Amino acid sequence: MNKRSRTQIAAFGMFWLAGIVAVLIMAFVVGYIMVKGLPGITPEFFTTSPRGGLSGDGGIYSTIVTTFYMIVVTLAFAAPLGVGAAIYLSEYSGNTDKRIIRKLVSIARFGVETLSGVPSIIFGLFGYALFVTAMHFGFSILSASLAGACLIIPVIIRTTEEALKSVPAGYREGSLALGANRWETTWKVVLPAAFRGISTGILLSAGRIVSETAIFFVTLGGSYRVPHSLMSGGRSMALHVYYLAMETRAFDKAMSTAAVLVALIVVMNLTINVITSKIATKQG
Amino acid sequence: MKKNIIRIIALAVLILPGACGQPETGEQGAGATGSETVEISVVGSTTVQPLAELFSEAYEAINPSILVTVSGGGSSVGVKSAAEQTADIGMASREIKDSEIQDCPEIVVHTIARDGIAIVTNPDLDVDGITMEQARGIFAGEITDWSEVGGVAGMITVASREEGSGTRSAFEDLVMSDALVSELAILQPSNGAIRTTVASTPGCIAFISFGYLDNSTKPMAIDGALPTAENVSTGSYPVVRPLNMVTYGEPTGAVAEWLEFILGEDGQAIVVAEGYLPF
Amino acid sequence: MTSGIRRTGIEKTMKVVLLISALASVLIVVLIFLFTMKEAMPAFREIGVWKLLSGTTWRPGNGEFGILAMIAGSGLVTLGAVVIGVPLALCTAVFLSEIAPEWIVRIVRPSIELLAGIPSVVYGLFGMVVIVPLIRTIPAPGNAGYGLLSASIVLAVMVLPTIANISEFAIRSVPRGYREGSLALGATKWETISRVMIPAARPGIISAVVLGLGRALGETIAMIMVIGNSVVLPTAITGNPLSIFLSRARTLTGNIAVEISYATGVHESALFATGVVLFVLIMLVNSSARFLLNKGAH
Repeated sequence: MNKRSRTQIAAFGMFWLAGIVAVLIMAFVVGYIMVKGLPGITPEFFTTSPRGGLSGDGGIYSTIVTTFYMIVVTLAFAAPLGVGAAIYLSEYSGNTDKRIIRKLVSIARFGVETLSGVPSIIFGLFGYALFVTAMHFGFSILSASLAGACLIIPVIIRTTEEALKSVPAGYREGSLALGANRWETTWKVVLPAAFRGISTGILLSAGRIVSETAIFFVTLGGSYRVPHSLMSGGRSMALHVYYLAMETRAFDKAMSTAAVLVALIVVMNLTINVITSKIATKQG
Repeated sequence: MKKNIIRIIALAVLILPGACGQPETGEQGAGATGSETVEISVVGSTTVQPLAELFSEAYEAINPSILVTVSGGGSSVGVKSAAEQTADIGMASREIKDSEIQDCPEIVVHTIARDGIAIVTNPDLDVDGITMEQARGIFAGEITDWSEVGGVAGMITVASREEGSGTRSAFEDLVMSDALVSELAILQPSNGAIRTTVASTPGCIAFISFGYLDNSTKPMAIDGALPTAENVSTGSYPVVRPLNMVTYGEPTGAVAEWLEFILGEDGQAIVVAEGYLPF
Repeated sequence: MTSGIRRTGIEKTMKVVLLISALASVLIVVLIFLFTMKEAMPAFREIGVWKLLSGTTWRPGNGEFGILAMIAGSGLVTLGAVVIGVPLALCTAVFLSEIAPEWIVRIVRPSIELLAGIPSVVYGLFGMVVIVPLIRTIPAPGNAGYGLLSASIVLAVMVLPTIANISEFAIRSVPRGYREGSLALGATKWETISRVMIPAARPGIISAVVLGLGRALGETIAMIMVIGNSVVLPTAITGNPLSIFLSRARTLTGNIAVEISYATGVHESALFATGVVLFVLIMLVNSSARFLLNKGAH
């Protein structure tokens, strides 16, 4: 008995240690970035663009703008497709006896799962060869966001599908019983009810675009200017961290930019958690 | 309420790409007339990129109607982009290869500056100069200890740019002749990363563009000549390559104006200030 | 009447539109694979599949294209990340699902979520300024800090959330009755965890690890920044075989990212071939994870 409880104490000690270490790793990484990065963050850091050349001087204004454009344009491609796919998989695929449709649905699911496992450099390689080179879009917001869309489509599909599934079946049955067809039910009843869940998915994918570097490294070009059109190249904040770390000696600026990135991710995570817990309380 | 929000989002999603997609890209040959902004896209060598960025900033101060966007990608991408006209100007930090001219005879090469390639070491190292022969041996991995070239015993760590880089191919042509850079070398994808590696790694040696020389690394004399602009101009420092800009056909309009600025007094002053050599 | 027809029309149109969206992912996957394959064909044809896969020399300038060194690099760095990261991730998963009080869970889980959200370039930067200098202090000839060990440590942190989250989910999915039955039979909490809960969740836990492998194989930017990128088969640099982790290497992903912008002709094609190898490797890893997960579900 004594030995059993001693083993238990030892094992539990190990698990507690693991939990504490996990938190400490996070605290160390985030803390290090913040301690090194925050002193360099001034209002001017946000309002001025990086300087050209090798000095690494200047702020991150244009990279914020580029990051924002990347989010908007990528979502413009990915969100309709992703949400549409999720609607089909969740709302339409269940009530059919046609074998071909069932086959298509399982193929579609296989596609989503496969796509979500493809590493981002493959999207970059593909985007570089197809959009940048073959289609002559050059290094541009357009090339980069088309490649970036491949990355986030599976994320949007998965989260949207979860959100749609969490809408009680009674909503749909009620609407259908009142004579609405499936699309009307989906558009007017199911989608509004799943709105919060879908928006967390969109936010999550925006976070992926903010963080992504490998794809944009080979498709976005890295110009530090404010982009003027879909065909302009640009430099997202994450890419700016890479350039600062690899091209200049301005590690302080790299740290400051990284601190802004991490802070942004923290805010996004918190927002997602708040929305999710609101959904939970509403349904609970 | 929620229904409206979705509609607004859907609408925004449909409209935004259109709004962002106003075609403003400057066609080559378009003149910088009146208040219309002309955009010149410059793509290629990451070595020329910082210089091109400074040219564009200086030129915009004079002529705000011309906007120059500089992207990286590497020398080969630069030449390819100019040849395929996906960019107005391609940048290359090496000679243009015969095969590239064969692929596209229309390209015109403009040498805008020259750049020395310096051999640098970790600042704590006590060796000040080596011969060309020794440099070849070190980078090929045949000389592996600093004591073999007159220093205190210690392992030599070679760092190099990756294969295909303009800086590396220029270095190979000028220094290595037929020898190959050691497989054990640390390979970094940019001059800046090379500099960081050399500055922080004891016993490390590498080659970087003149523009990246600063007090974090120690420049090494080759056959007695230190890598300085003066030694290059007298011909005693031999490791020099051209920095090129490539256009499809003879440049016209805004592109020609910009290149003229670079080759003029103000442009060349920037070249010298950044540690490169005038063309 | 007309409005009825219009409504049915919209319904039918939407059904087709949505089906097409649902199939878009498949189309993208197929398109990417075919396109990458097509671009890789010249390399496969000119170099030969076997020579490409088994060649240890990668000198594009000399027409030598062997990616074995990169396969070894990817494999070893992933192995290192697993050895470092998996024990921590699994213990954290057990801690979160079985042991930690609710208020602790509310601290630990968001911390892990945050680790998952930190951009890989930030991990790379952190690796460059913290991990690499730390590893450099290990006395061994030729150790410059950049190498497999630094990369493995960075990667271990990056895959921790994937493995911990999915394992936690797997343990939580074990039916309550299992735990309660075991406890009722007089087993201690630890005995219940180690002999009932973990074995019951094993397929989920294994697939979590395998998915973590997939993520590790695919990581690019952070790897370029800390691994040294040398194209050489990693070897032990001292008498100790573990010192193989102090040697420099290049990953398959890094090979693509570092060289794609310079490459033309066969060189470019060989990079696409690297992409095909990576793609196939990750597909194998991920589908085996899915297979295990499905097997566990039945």
